[in-house]
Amino acid sequence: MVAVAAPRQLPRLLHRYKQALIIGGIVLAWLVLWLLFRNIGTLPLDASALTPLHRWINDINDAVGASRNSNPVFLYFFNEIRLVIDEFVTFVQALIAQPSFGRPVPVIGWLGVVGIAGFVSLAVAGWRVALLTIAGFVFLGLQGLWQESMDTLSLTLAAVVISLLFGIPLGIWAGLSDRANRVMTPVLDFMQTMPTFVYLAPLTLFFLIGPASATIATLIYAAPPAIRITAHAIRSVPRNTVEASESLGATRQQTLVKVLLPSARKTIVLGVNQTIMAALSMVTIAALIDAPGLGKTVVKALQTLDVGTAFNAGLAIVVLAIVLDRVTTAATERRKLPRWAFFGGLGVTGVLVYLSYTYLWAAEFQSDVEIGSSIRQGATAVTEWAQDSLPLITGGFKDFVTFVLINPLQALLAESPWFLVALVIVALSFLIGGVRAAVVSAVCLGLLVATGLWQDSMITLASTLVATIMVMVLGIVVGVWMGRSKRADRFIRPVLDAGQVMPAFVYLVPFLALFSASRFTAIIAAVVFAAPVAIKIIADGIRAVSPTTVEASTALGSSSWQTIVKVQLPMARGALTLAANQGLIYVLSMVVVGGLVGAGALGYDVVAGFSQGQLYGKGLAAGVAIVVLGVMLDRLTQAAAKRWTN
Amino acid sequence: MARHNVLGAVLVGALALSGCSGAKVGDSSSGATGDCGTFNLAVNPWVGYEANAAVLAYVAEKELKCKVTKKELKEEVAWQGFGTGEVDAVVENWGHDDLRKKYIDEQKTAVSAGSTGVKGQIGWYVPPWLAKEHPDILDWNNLNKYADKFKTSESGDKGQLLDGDPSFVTNDEALVKNLNLNYKVVYGGSETALIQAFRQAEKDKKWVIGYFYSPQWLLNEIKLEKVKLPEYKAGCDADAEKVACDYPDYDLDKIVSKKFADANGPAFQLVKNFKWTNEDQNTVAKYIAEDKMKPEDAAKKWVDANADKVKAWTAKA
Amino acid sequence: MDPVISVRDLWKVFGSNASQVVASDELKSLPRSELMDRTGAVAAVRGVDFDVAPGEMFVVMGLSGSGKSTLVRCLTRLVEPTAGTIMFEGENILEADPKRLRDLRRNKFSMVFQHFGLLPHRTVADNVGYGLEIRGVPRAKRGERSQEVIDLVGLSGYEKSYPDQLSGGMQQRVGLARALAGDPDVLFFDEPFSALDPLIRRDMQSEVIRLHREVGKTMVFITHDLSEALKLGDRILIMRDGQVVQVGTGDELVGAPADDYVRDFVKDVPRSNVLTLKWIMRPPRPEDDLDGPELSPETVVREAVRSVLSADKPVKVVRDGELLGVVADEEILGVVAGEA
Repeated sequence: MVAVAAPRQLPRLLHRYKQALIIGGIVLAWLVLWLLFRNIGTLPLDASALTPLHRWINDINDAVGASRNSNPVFLYFFNEIRLVIDEFVTFVQALIAQPSFGRPVPVIGWLGVVGIAGFVSLAVAGWRVALLTIAGFVFLGLQGLWQESMDTLSLTLAAVVISLLFGIPLGIWAGLSDRANRVMTPVLDFMQTMPTFVYLAPLTLFFLIGPASATIATLIYAAPPAIRITAHAIRSVPRNTVEASESLGATRQQTLVKVLLPSARKTIVLGVNQTIMAALSMVTIAALIDAPGLGKTVVKALQTLDVGTAFNAGLAIVVLAIVLDRVTTAATERRKLPRWAFFGGLGVTGVLVYLSYTYLWAAEFQSDVEIGSSIRQGATAVTEWAQDSLPLITGGFKDFVTFVLINPLQALLAESPWFLVALVIVALSFLIGGVRAAVVSAVCLGLLVATGLWQDSMITLASTLVATIMVMVLGIVVGVWMGRSKRADRFIRPVLDAGQVMPAFVYLVPFLALFSASRFTAIIAAVVFAAPVAIKIIADGIRAVSPTTVEASTALGSSSWQTIVKVQLPMARGALTLAANQGLIYVLSMVVVGGLVGAGALGYDVVAGFSQGQLYGKGLAAGVAIVVLGVMLDRLTQAAAKRWTN
Repeated sequence: MARHNVLGAVLVGALALSGCSGAKVGDSSSGATGDCGTFNLAVNPWVGYEANAAVLAYVAEKELKCKVTKKELKEEVAWQGFGTGEVDAVVENWGHDDLRKKYIDEQKTAVSAGSTGVKGQIGWYVPPWLAKEHPDILDWNNLNKYADKFKTSESGDKGQLLDGDPSFVTNDEALVKNLNLNYKVVYGGSETALIQAFRQAEKDKKWVIGYFYSPQWLLNEIKLEKVKLPEYKAGCDADAEKVACDYPDYDLDKIVSKKFADANGPAFQLVKNFKWTNEDQNTVAKYIAEDKMKPEDAAKKWVDANADKVKAWTAKA
Repeated sequence: MDPVISVRDLWKVFGSNASQVVASDELKSLPRSELMDRTGAVAAVRGVDFDVAPGEMFVVMGLSGSGKSTLVRCLTRLVEPTAGTIMFEGENILEADPKRLRDLRRNKFSMVFQHFGLLPHRTVADNVGYGLEIRGVPRAKRGERSQEVIDLVGLSGYEKSYPDQLSGGMQQRVGLARALAGDPDVLFFDEPFSALDPLIRRDMQSEVIRLHREVGKTMVFITHDLSEALKLGDRILIMRDGQVVQVGTGDELVGAPADDYVRDFVKDVPRSNVLTLKWIMRPPRPEDDLDGPELSPETVVREAVRSVLSADKPVKVVRDGELLGVVADEEILGVVAGEA
């Protein structure tokens, strides 16, 4: 039977797996050619070597700097922007963070801030979240980081407010007009993937050292989610709701204000949430240009490898993030506070603010219970234990992954002639996404060659792919677990939140101890940052699979494993591809941090460009290369997703 | 009804609380500022610098009654600040010929304010245990003999030379090539990576060789040993491609903005006269890095113990 | 009486070269699929003509893809027609500028949608008052009027609810109330009940019939359901592939289908409910006894069954004293038996 059936099935099988066979063939041909042409045409560039393009960028940078005090654009344009932002941030700081108006303390002391935060949470998010907010803010005080936290909060709020001020109108525009959307998308890609290190120094040239530069650095990274999500929200308002409004004779204006915006509100609030999270993730980097707050504490502690202090401050950032996240997430629900509770809360808040304005005990956070030092000691102890007892295991693991996965992939990408790699990538793009994808890839690859950093780009690409694979493995395992078990979800989710907002600088020190300075360390850091996103997306995807289908599968006698593999994962493939896409982008955004722990390549180029004037042009080129890699991988995964989900 | 009662009770309670307790804001007056004005002091991100800055800031505030604004910045950004008028002084500068050329010679927004008295040294270092067990490793000629021992996952079949802080110029790739060493430069990418590597190497007796520098607070904790490279002679590093000699010694100096120097106020005088030794800096650095003192407290401790030195800085002011 | 709406040679072609298509008689005469192949354009509505009389319930019926939804959207220019004229109370709507168009939409006609198109963030009362709000009616007056129509559609007590708290049928009542609130001259219904359960659908159909009787508005009703069309429509327009196949009253369609398509359509209709005596009567034969009972030609067959079968002579079909024909047992049984 079997023997007879097999030949007849062969052509069918061949047809079914045609594409897989072609891809396999391409990779095989690549391997053979790699053996033949190894180390020819790899376009390497030494760490200190520059190309004419890099020098040219340096010259421009110098010229801009030299003309700073005479150029009218600086005097009348950037200066005005700087003044407005500086005033705004300083005002917020004066309210809650810094001694101001001739007082030795801010206008509103800790008690007032706790009151206001609690009341706002109560009004938009309900009792439970309000309690969480109050507890969170008091915790910041107990950590001994009240003022730093308030500085960070001021800067974050200022950046978020300005982001939204521009982001929401732009998002609405992109939501209403396809053309605007097409123009904005690549700009937003650029803003989100261009490493901050690249524009940090020039920013201080344009906007001086101070709150304005820090705010702008933050909002460059934080505004895109607001714009994208607003546009998406506007687009997802059901067509017939808009039509109904038009049929009643509404003007465009009326339809926008009365239909589109209110219907999109829930989603737009999610955009606000993402913007806040993005702004908080910039806290430590902004500290490198003197941004006040918790970031400074982290950066300072790192100079002496003081993990305890860095962790304490990092924890404060996490607490702020969790509070702000829960408040904004809950704010998407419709709720109405009873009048008595609203006015009662308002009254109590007023009193608390007055107290904190008038009395020292309510103004400055002073407490006999101080938990900051215990947290510091605890974190230090844990780190030291891990550093003392784990490296033997972790080092072996590092070597294993390096030799089995990273080195072969890197050899293939970075030691093949550039045109061979380019050909393979364009061919694969064509197979996955047709002519369009092939053209995009070809342009991107051309740009990589133009940056003069081809080989570095390939090394970074190899690490990025390995990290993404690890992210997806983790994402599927933990995501499925969370998607199937509510309890697991409740337990793991806060940990994921922490992984996402805890500044990487905090865990780099123990990671260096466990894995030494290596590409693998950089990969692990990227996985810690990127896996939470992928896990959450997959968990939500698994949960969104219709319970009826799962029930049907169970009724047919499937085991849990069969249900997962044959029903839940295939049905959540939209979520899987989205997770892969987002995982890639998040991994890429950690390339620069990787450069700080031994990844070399593009990450190191950017870091060095930020630190040394003569390497600036190269750093910028490396930044562009990261953006280009990001765009290419993003478009490819999107094309693959489209194919797969259809 | 009941709701109003609750609300009323809360309000009354809160008001009662406010009426009876606590010192009021503004009860005590804050300290007066002197005629020195504002002194914008850049603070670059390493502990040795922090020590210089802490002591200078302490003296400027307490003795000269200046209002000191510390700005925590990377070097490149700090130098840029001379031009925009936001930085008055950088008080520990490691060479940086490119920055000198750009800001002192070309843009003329900065001037040198003389040596800090601290001598800087860059080179290749090994942990003490290694120097003790294999003393001949301290000569570069023997490095190839040990190349195998320094192999890691990153260096493949060669020995790993761990480079690190991207802020410093390094000739290491050229050096390895020109001295025919069987090593590969691996970019750790940060000072943190270097310190962590050396700490572990000493503790677990691991083989590590890497780029490092003194003065650095870690050297108080672990006495890293410097490997002797072919001696530095003036001009031997002129062509970056052909370098085959050691790094020069650095006379760490102070750079101030042109405006600050021209104004010639008491703070400038203090910066100009400021001069101490490697040991002085190491002492303060140790207070900060190991004893985890606040920079102000560390500065006070040192200043109290070295009144005579401080007097010399402020005497002419 | 002059028609309220008068549509002549209306075309809607989707595609970048739509205007070329309607300019060419040759292209216009092509079948849809061929036009698609040649120009890439899709002709959704092709040369449609019809009139709607004041107070009439005019039903447009067709299967999905027949162009009926596009047609109704063309009437209010939610979809911009490519060519033709639409006269509304003597005014060509296609020439109205945006402001005039808005005025018309605010005051003269309104629409009820298949998926309701309610605003999820507003209460029932605020949804109903939305059209008035857009016109700038003051809040107090708005509330008053909303309450009136809410009562009219039977939603009293649900004013403060949100749409997602209501059942589908009730949501569509909100849509209906919203359309009525502005007191328009004409109401358009775009398959309003096709998303509802059968029982609720029947309720809603009766509701519309009641409203039609009570408020006497002109109504244009789109549906794909023939029984709905027959139940509601004074006249029915059958569309296929963007073209009008036949316009007529229900009994006209059943009694004299214009072509096989319509015939096939009406095949399963319970004819006795629809056909009137005029469709089944025959000329009197010499042997007929002509002193039996008399009935009007508009009498529906079902209502005539008892009289015809119980009479021992043929029933005379008489209008204004004039004998049009006779109906005997065999004619009646022919209709009733045909349904079995």
